[in-house]
Amino acid sequence: MIIYILCFILFLVGLYGVVSKRNLIKIIIGIAIMEYSINLFFIMIGYIEGGTAPIITKGFEHSKFVDPLPQAMILTSIVIGLATTALLLAVAIRLYQKYGTFDINKIKDLKG
Amino acid sequence: MELYLIIILVLMILGSIYSLNASDLLSAVISYGIVGFGLVIAFLLLQAPDLAIVQVVVEVATLIIMIAAIKNTQSKIPKMEFKPKIAIYYAITLIAALVFILIFDRATGCLSQFGADTMRMAQPYIDGAQHTKSANLVTGVVFDYRAYDTLGEATVLFTAVIGVLTILRIKGKKEK
Repeated sequence: MIIYILCFILFLVGLYGVVSKRNLIKIIIGIAIMEYSINLFFIMIGYIEGGTAPIITKGFEHSKFVDPLPQAMILTSIVIGLATTALLLAVAIRLYQKYGTFDINKIKDLKG
Repeated sequence: MELYLIIILVLMILGSIYSLNASDLLSAVISYGIVGFGLVIAFLLLQAPDLAIVQVVVEVATLIIMIAAIKNTQSKIPKMEFKPKIAIYYAITLIAALVFILIFDRATGCLSQFGADTMRMAQPYIDGAQHTKSANLVTGVVFDYRAYDTLGEATVLFTAVIGVLTILRIKGKKEK
């Protein structure tokens, strides 16, 4: 159980970054860390002690495999995570070009 | 096995804390790389080689985009000066984190132990390997049973790329 809680602590660190930091790049890093911890949590649930990777090769036809279903789901999730991170960073680059800073407080003051 | 995973997780947590508290944006991005590449090793230990390969590619791409975003920028972050009020905030944050961990512990109490043999969902997919003719079961699930999901994923990726190109295009709309 300690391993699930460590994974959740990683999620909380990302949440702390999103809530308390004022720099846009750090907020994006916090979001990415939260996403990674969720991915890791799903794969941990699918792990089976003594299981091999779910690939059928000669000599391993009837051995015990780890759960392939969470792995297939998270494969989709990782790629979508890259897409969202790239979109967030593009918005951050544009904001820097317009306002000259990554600080969200200063951006709020400069608006209008 | 579980011990290695705990060591890597602790390393990832330390790297993420340093990344969020670094005073320089470049070192923040690079120590964020610790988290991603630690995740790659964790995937390998958890017997998920496909995910490890994808994660390496995604992590390198993310780091390149992040460094492209912060290059030529004023990357020093002003330090917050310590006030007595901030200590109260830290205390509240710690209490909230403890409450969250307790709730998480209760909420995941119904899950089986780490590494327990629970194969009730995935057994049909493993038995169906002879129908999909795919040696890699993950590929069989992604491209055969859940091919529409993969189509949706490709759509999301395409939309995100279009969005990035739209936001970052140099030529703007012509003023009337």
